[in-house]
Amino acid sequence: MGTLSRLTPHLKDSLAAGLLAGLLALPMLGFRLVDSAQGLSLDYRFTWVAIAAATVFTGRLILLQAGDAIRRRPSQRSASTQPQAGRPNKLRPILGWLFIAGALVLPWAPLADRNLLDKATLLLIYVMLGWGLNVVVGLAGLLDLGYVAFYAVGAYSYALLSQNFGLSFWICLPLAGLFSASFGMLLGFPVLRLRGDYLAIVTLGFGEIVRVVLLNWQVVTGGPNGVSGIQRPSFFGLPFLATAPGKTTFHEFFGLPFSPDHRIVFLYYLILVLALVTNLFTLRIRRLPIGRAWEALREDETACRSLGIDPTKTKLSAFAIGAMFAGFAGSFFATRQGFISPESFSFLESAIILAIVVLGGLGSQIGIVLSAFLLVGLPEWFRDLQQYRMLAFGGAMVLIMLWRPRGLLSNREPTIRLASAPSRVAQTAEDSV
Amino acid sequence: MEYFLQQLINGISLGAIYGLIALGYTMVYGIIGMINFAHGEIYMIGAFVSLIGFLFMGIIGVTYVPLALFIVLLMAMLFTAIYGWAIERIAYRPLRGSVKLAPLISAIGMSIVLQNYVQLAQGARVKPLQPIIQGGFELFTGNADYHVRLSYLQIVIVLVTVVLMAGFTYVITRTSLGRAQRATEQDMTMALLSGVNVDRIISTTFVMGAALAAVAGLMVTLYYGVIDFYIGFIAGMKAFTAAVLGGIGSLPGAMLGGLLIGLIEAFWSGYFTIGYKDVATFSILVLVLIFRPTGLLGKPEVEKV
Repeated sequence: MGTLSRLTPHLKDSLAAGLLAGLLALPMLGFRLVDSAQGLSLDYRFTWVAIAAATVFTGRLILLQAGDAIRRRPSQRSASTQPQAGRPNKLRPILGWLFIAGALVLPWAPLADRNLLDKATLLLIYVMLGWGLNVVVGLAGLLDLGYVAFYAVGAYSYALLSQNFGLSFWICLPLAGLFSASFGMLLGFPVLRLRGDYLAIVTLGFGEIVRVVLLNWQVVTGGPNGVSGIQRPSFFGLPFLATAPGKTTFHEFFGLPFSPDHRIVFLYYLILVLALVTNLFTLRIRRLPIGRAWEALREDETACRSLGIDPTKTKLSAFAIGAMFAGFAGSFFATRQGFISPESFSFLESAIILAIVVLGGLGSQIGIVLSAFLLVGLPEWFRDLQQYRMLAFGGAMVLIMLWRPRGLLSNREPTIRLASAPSRVAQTAEDSV
Repeated sequence: MEYFLQQLINGISLGAIYGLIALGYTMVYGIIGMINFAHGEIYMIGAFVSLIGFLFMGIIGVTYVPLALFIVLLMAMLFTAIYGWAIERIAYRPLRGSVKLAPLISAIGMSIVLQNYVQLAQGARVKPLQPIIQGGFELFTGNADYHVRLSYLQIVIVLVTVVLMAGFTYVITRTSLGRAQRATEQDMTMALLSGVNVDRIISTTFVMGAALAAVAGLMVTLYYGVIDFYIGFIAGMKAFTAAVLGGIGSLPGAMLGGLLIGLIEAFWSGYFTIGYKDVATFSILVLVLIFRPTGLLGKPEVEKV
């Protein structure tokens, strides 16, 4: 009897959901535009609408019933939602070291092949970008929707400097960071006085401006064709080639047999080091006055102002430093690909990086690794399902937000811990994320 | 002179379309303070529903253009409004009162989902439509080399926009629904305490915004004659720029911003390189924000939705 009385409202609810799904599907799935000789024509496939409605109805019903079943055991539920302030603090550094150790031995692991290392390198680029953007969004609380623009500046700086002036990667890397940071300053100076959402739209616009300029400034950037034949990286001057006239190659210097995998492994370690530098920098700067000022500014701008912190300068430094890391990552990207074009720097990339930071739990370094793996690593394995991949990607963004609005690892390490009342400080730090 | 007038006419028609999309952004931002990133996609869906609607009208034999136009308009508004409602219900409502960035990420996710959903359902290729409203006036025919052309379609676009704008201003300022919307916008908790069904008001706002975006989608389908699944992103971004330019939260501001963006684009493409027209748009946005951070019409006490 009890089950039945619960079932009726659930049935009604599920019917409504099914009906809604049918209505949503009717114009888009029910009709299909077909190209024909006389222009467009319409095709019908109402079975799809029925399938969509039925799927949503069944899914909703199952979800509601399952939700009921869970709610009947309230003790477990309340236990799992309680914030555990103390525990992760012990666990998390260990987890971090495990990650680093795992990343270090990955090239020597039995399963590691060229393909896996390539994917791991790509993943690490996104981890690094996530950590870099975290300085801006997670620490300073500035919403940047055009982060990929700085990444593009870094990539093009290296590509153009090495092509036009023959500069090596190791000289260009700091230069690329410098250029990106200058762009960050240039953009940040006028707009950082604005309120949060205006900043978001201006950075979004800036991202588009950079992309459009790259597309149209044919003489310098090569337009839509991009820059190709970018110089590949060398091991501090030793190129990864089978033979190099007049130069010692990497395998000759170390007396190894030549293998193209050397470069892959080197690139992997290079990005690992770059990413870890970003991480270390973020962890350390949080303890410096400037890092504390960022976090304080994120929490309450008025209070900061009254304590003598200059909001514009503080924000500007966060913006420039975040941009600098994007510049490093960009020049690494350029040297790894050997070819760059404006296509790699679309808004979608900015959205992915921002999603990595937010889904990871703002300010959580390990959370960023986790969400980068979820959003970039996992879909890489399903490359064959190209179109469904992006659909699932967007869906995952929505679902993770609905499930954990504060991100995967939301209870973050507090910046300062008072000796007398550690748990209380942890609690307030978590509340204010 | 004739060339200038032509660009002016083109710019106003384009601006009317941007303004309609911008209204959706500004209403949603005004009422819950979030950037509805999926709004550009709503507009894209509106364009697709309109295109399908026109073909459907052809199949069932409604050939009288004004009638077909009217039916398609209603259909597009209806179905797109359902999308707007569903998106708010699924992706935004559970996140209300959560961390500020959560609904934004959810909205970006939703926008990616909708784009790929339409791409999968309708194919990635550009969809053309033969012109439905043809003809127009030739103005200033004195100059033999260059005639200024004002098409019937451009008149329809501006007329529909003006009528809708007047209608919405009436709803917002004179009806109880509009009063409830303004109350929710000013103070959600207080509105709730005074008996306003806040959830329903927010849903209505999304539905209204989506319906306006559907009209914009319909007109773009007619105006350009080609649509694809990607049109929502650029148009959405420009419309949001328009909303910010006019002062976000202000209805006349959104319309004014849309008009300005349309004019800037038309004149820039007419007189300078077309490739950089988006750069011009955003540069002007940055300039306006530096010198007038609240936008053109966005005053602190301004009546907003």
